[in-house]
Amino acid sequence: MELITIKHASKTYKTGVTAIHDLSISFKKGEFVFLIGATGCGKSTLIKMLYREERPTSGQIFIGGIDVAKITNRKVYKIRRKLGVVFQDFKLLPKATVYENVAFALEIFGVPTDEIHNKVIKVLDLVGLKNKAKQYPHQLSGGEQQRVAIARAIVNGPKILICDEPTGNLDEKTSMGIMNVLEAINKLGTTVLVVTHDTEIVNKLKKRVVVLDEGRILKEYAEGEYRHEAI
Amino acid sequence: MKLFRILSRNIRDSFKSVFRNFSLSLASISCITITLVVVAIAIALSYNVNGFTRKVEKDVTMVVFLNEDISEERFKEIGDEIRKIDNVGKKESDVVGKTKMQVRDEMMKSSETYASILDKYDTRDTNFLKDTYHIKVEDITKMSKTAKTIKKEIKEVDTVKYGEGMIEKLVTIFDFVRKATYVVVIALILVTAFLISNTIKITIFSRKREIDIMRLVGASNINIKIPFIFEGLFLGIMGSIIPIILATYGYSALYNYFDGELFGNFVTLVKPNPFIFNIAGILLLIGMVVGMFGSWRAVRKHLKI
Repeated sequence: MELITIKHASKTYKTGVTAIHDLSISFKKGEFVFLIGATGCGKSTLIKMLYREERPTSGQIFIGGIDVAKITNRKVYKIRRKLGVVFQDFKLLPKATVYENVAFALEIFGVPTDEIHNKVIKVLDLVGLKNKAKQYPHQLSGGEQQRVAIARAIVNGPKILICDEPTGNLDEKTSMGIMNVLEAINKLGTTVLVVTHDTEIVNKLKKRVVVLDEGRILKEYAEGEYRHEAI
Repeated sequence: MKLFRILSRNIRDSFKSVFRNFSLSLASISCITITLVVVAIAIALSYNVNGFTRKVEKDVTMVVFLNEDISEERFKEIGDEIRKIDNVGKKESDVVGKTKMQVRDEMMKSSETYASILDKYDTRDTNFLKDTYHIKVEDITKMSKTAKTIKKEIKEVDTVKYGEGMIEKLVTIFDFVRKATYVVVIALILVTAFLISNTIKITIFSRKREIDIMRLVGASNINIKIPFIFEGLFLGIMGSIIPIILATYGYSALYNYFDGELFGNFVTLVKPNPFIFNIAGILLLIGMVVGMFGSWRAVRKHLKI
C-alpha cells in the first residue's frame, strides 16, 4: 500500500533555481528508504515538501490520501501531526530537559499527564536514553541529542519518520547507533525516509535507495541491491 | 477536561518561560515598570488638575441684586422663583438669599469704616443697600444664559453679576487644561503600549527557534500563540507591581505629607481612597492588556511561514 505518492512534482524557488524537476515516486507503508545524492541535488527540498515546509510549484504530493501541496499555512499542523521529522541540527529546546523536550510534542495536544509519562519513558527507552531524562541538551553528546530528537519525532506514533541528514554532524560509530535506532523504529511499522550523503551507512543497511541528481531521480535500488558507489 | 489540561499546561509553561528567559523577561518587566510609573504620575496629575478645576468651577458664584423697593415676603418668593430656573443649583445651599439688612450687618462687621458709614441706615426703608441672592449653577458654561434668564423672568432683578468675561476665560482655560491632560495620558498609554509590545517582540524574536519547533511537532497556530499570550500577561502583571506599589503608597504618603492641600488650601488633592485603587486597577489593566497584545503581535509575525 502506497503511503506517500509524489506525482510530477516540480519546485522552482523565487530566486529562479529549480530544485525538483517533474519528479514522481511513491513509498510504501513500512518501508525504509534512503534518499541520497550530492549537495544541491534536491533531496532536502523533496522532503521539505513532504512535511510542507515548502510547496511544490506544480504537481501533487499525497500523504495518506491528503494532497499536502493544497494545505494552507494555517492547517499545516494537521499534516505535521502525522509525521515525525528529525534534523541534522537536532532542533531541541535548549532550556528544557530531555523529558520535557519529548513530552512537549504530546503536551500541546492535551494528552493526560500519566499517558505522557508512559509514552515518553517508553520512547526514551527505545532510543536508549531512559537514564538521561532529567539532563539538558547541552549535557548530552551529539548522538544523544539526535536520539532525543528522534524520540520526540516518534512519541506521537507517526506513520512516517522523515530524517534530514540525521547523522550529518556525527562520527561513524555514533551514526551507526542512530541508524540502529531508526531501524528499530521501522521494525515497529513506521515508514522511515532518510536523506543522507553518508554512503557508508547506506551501503551497510541494504535498504531501498533513491539517488537524486539535479532534482531528478537518477537511479533507484530495491532493498539489498545497493552497492557502494561514489555520489 | 482536555481544554483545561492544555490551558493549565500553557499557564505553567508560560510561567516557566518567564524565568527560563530571565534576562529578556527582566528587560520587558523593567520597560513595563518604567513606562507604567510615568503613566501613573500622569494619571495622578491629570486627576488632580481635573479635581482642582472642578472645585474652582463649583465655587464660582453669581450674585443677583434686587430692586430697593421690594417687601421681605416678595424677597422670599423670588428665592423660590430663582430655584425653578434651569441650570440653577438644586441644593438648598446653592441659592442663598441675603436681605439688605443682613448685607449691612456683614459689612459693618467686616470693617470699622463701613460700620461708621452704615450705622445710621438702620431700617429697611433707609438702608440703601440691595437685597441679594448668591447662586451656584450646575453648568458654569451656561452661566451667562442663566444670568439673562433670571434678569428677564424676575422683573424685580436689578443686576446680575458673575464676573462676566472672567468666567468665560476661566472656562476656556480649564477646558483646555483638562483636554490637554487627557491627551497627554492617552498619548503616554499609547507610547507605553508601543514600547512594551516592542520589548516583548524582541523577547519573542529570540525564541523563533522555539516557535519553529512547536510548528514542527504539529502545534497549530493557536497552540503556539496561547502560551506566549500568557507569558505576555505574566510580564505585564509583574511589570505593573512596582508602579502599583509606588502609586498607592507613594500617593498616600504625598497626600499625608501635604495634608491633602497645596499652596495653603488653594489646591485640594484628590483623596487617596478610592483614587489609589482606581489607579492600581488602571495600571494592572494596562500592563495585562499591553503585555498580551504585545506577545500576540510578536508571535503572529513568526507564524506567517
